[in-house]
Amino acid sequence: MAGVAEILDGKRICICAGSGGVGKTTTSAAIAAGMAARGKKTAVLTIDPAKRLADSLGLPELGNEERKVDPKLFAEAGVEPRGELWAMMLDAKATFDELVRRHAPDEETRDRILANRIYQQLSAALAGSQEYMAMEKLFEIYAEDRYDLLVLDTPPSRNALDFLDAPRRLMQFIEGRALQVFMRPTGIGMKVFGRGTSMMFSVLRRITGVEVLEDLSEFFQAFSGMVGGFRERAKRVNELLANPESCFLVVCGPQGEPVTEAVYFHRKLVEAKLPFGGVIVNKVHYESELSEYGPQVEDELIGALDDEDLARRAVENYEDYRALAARDQRNVKRLTAEMRTRSVIQVPYLDEDVHDLTGLMRLNEYLFAAGPKERTAIATG
Amino acid sequence: MAGSDSAIAGARKRRRGMPLRWPSYVGAVPELLDKRLVIVTGKGGVGKSTVALALGLAAAARGRRTIVCEVSSQEHVSRVFHRAEVGFHEVKMADNLWAISIDPDEAMREYVLLQLRVRAARDLLFRSRIFTYLAAATPGLRELVTIGKIWEVALPDRKVRKGRKYDLVIVDAPATGHGVGFLQTPRTFANIARVGPIKAQAEALETFIVNHRKTGVAIVALPEEMPVNETAALERSLTDEIGVAVDRVYMNALYPERFTRAEIERLEAVAGNGDRGGVRAVSRAALSESRRADSQRQQLARLAEVVDAPLRTLPFIFKPEIGVEEIGQLSREID
Repeated sequence: MAGVAEILDGKRICICAGSGGVGKTTTSAAIAAGMAARGKKTAVLTIDPAKRLADSLGLPELGNEERKVDPKLFAEAGVEPRGELWAMMLDAKATFDELVRRHAPDEETRDRILANRIYQQLSAALAGSQEYMAMEKLFEIYAEDRYDLLVLDTPPSRNALDFLDAPRRLMQFIEGRALQVFMRPTGIGMKVFGRGTSMMFSVLRRITGVEVLEDLSEFFQAFSGMVGGFRERAKRVNELLANPESCFLVVCGPQGEPVTEAVYFHRKLVEAKLPFGGVIVNKVHYESELSEYGPQVEDELIGALDDEDLARRAVENYEDYRALAARDQRNVKRLTAEMRTRSVIQVPYLDEDVHDLTGLMRLNEYLFAAGPKERTAIATG
Repeated sequence: MAGSDSAIAGARKRRRGMPLRWPSYVGAVPELLDKRLVIVTGKGGVGKSTVALALGLAAAARGRRTIVCEVSSQEHVSRVFHRAEVGFHEVKMADNLWAISIDPDEAMREYVLLQLRVRAARDLLFRSRIFTYLAAATPGLRELVTIGKIWEVALPDRKVRKGRKYDLVIVDAPATGHGVGFLQTPRTFANIARVGPIKAQAEALETFIVNHRKTGVAIVALPEEMPVNETAALERSLTDEIGVAVDRVYMNALYPERFTRAEIERLEAVAGNGDRGGVRAVSRAALSESRRADSQRQQLARLAEVVDAPLRTLPFIFKPEIGVEEIGQLSREID
């Protein structure tokens, strides 16, 4: 049983992936803080629009560039950071704009794209754009070679697969060969559609309205000149994800649905030949340290408390937890069996909410615990 | 239920003097379940699907013909009812309760079929690679046709032939991050398209969404620090940017307060005395539950401070999986 430090040994990129609501952002931040405490210069990248990470690291805002987390916060959390912790909140729209500036063949094209209403209103909402921009920024920072380790918190999609699928979808969108055939750069808008060469467009016009098509036409035309640059870039980003210095950590919760999704995502990672590091199960209801549990416990408790009603309610509460703990252990067992991995890290459901560096360091007692220590930690949670 | 928590009452009092943020409207706004469209939203993993279905069961129990719409093909409803996947069909789940899973490709196809009555034109379109490409690549179009289908299902006069009429449509919306963007799509398209059918369609959708008498939103939150912050931010953007009526915020999965302060002290005393393992484990579990319940009450109080919409609580369900029975139980407490 390995801890995060062992899994990330020799890695320079750690991608935390999983479906929404499983604690990806908190886990990413905790891992980055833990690695920083262990001497690495670490940066954590998040795309979460709700600024969760900013909250947890005590940063008022993160912006589209990395900021150093105040070492004083580590001291307050009782940790001597031997490395550095940096954090950034990724702005997908700003990153997309940067990409357009970089790849536009000339100033006119650049300005036409940036000024296009469809681009302006929808570039941030474009299918896969958030995911792709996260990878893009990761690539950029990796290439600058300023950090020992980069931790990427993937966007809050319902489905972790959206992340892996993003480059393909974005390329499909940008290449758009079918449309280019009809939109040779001979003229924009009405001229193209008005020529009567295509019944297709007259039909399309009837269901959409002319101006939407005009804007779209211009948008795709402008983009067509950048396809080469984008394609090359996407290829290199994909290579980075498959690089042996990269590592995917699957994050999930202990309930049935998240576990099923994690197993499915792991299979997709393996199929895509991407480097899988391990799985982190958050908020596990820990198994009681009691191996023998029976009706005598209630009697003992009545004896100790001298209050039958209170003892009964305490036992009732305990049984509720046992049911959840049993479920969680069943699911973790299934997860371990189906993934055929030994790197399953369980983080117990802590009594208190994690929202600052002190909380993150508490999580790290479990994330970074290797071997039997982890078991003990969970049993006494 | 902790709906009467003093923290909430306090926050209500403080809010009473504040001006209403939403625009003025004519006539009284109906209660949530008396509207025609209810959108259930919130961040990922907070229990939106469960709350949407519980609201559906509650409305159905009152005799309202209700349909629950899923939009991310998660097929939650069919799993809960142990049915085959419902897909793009309106399938009956219980008395007065139907479900549909709205696939954007199917919705797009249906939209085109409804727009183009001429068979040759349709065939041309569906066979065309350009159309397929355009439909897949145009940013936001999938969201637009999805909302379009929800609207169509909610129409008293359905456009689909022999379409069933519903009193209430409940939408299990995509997780936020994407959630506000999803509801914003109609306005975006209405702005881009200056004329034409898409403009008309987008405007009709926009008007429907911001109509406080017809459409309401319920936000689902969890009693934890960050979900509470996000719920406040979400309510603000739904109210200010979209202009939709946020009628209710549900604090979901709230632990019961099982023990009094005095009882906790007594349990602490016995948790410390070592050798009896059973007593120790049971009392420590009680202390643990009490700490969580306390921390959740603090988050509940914070939520009451930061949101404007009426706040309700839903209990945590101590069951390995949440099935029909558990959702039925929630549905009796939800309204």
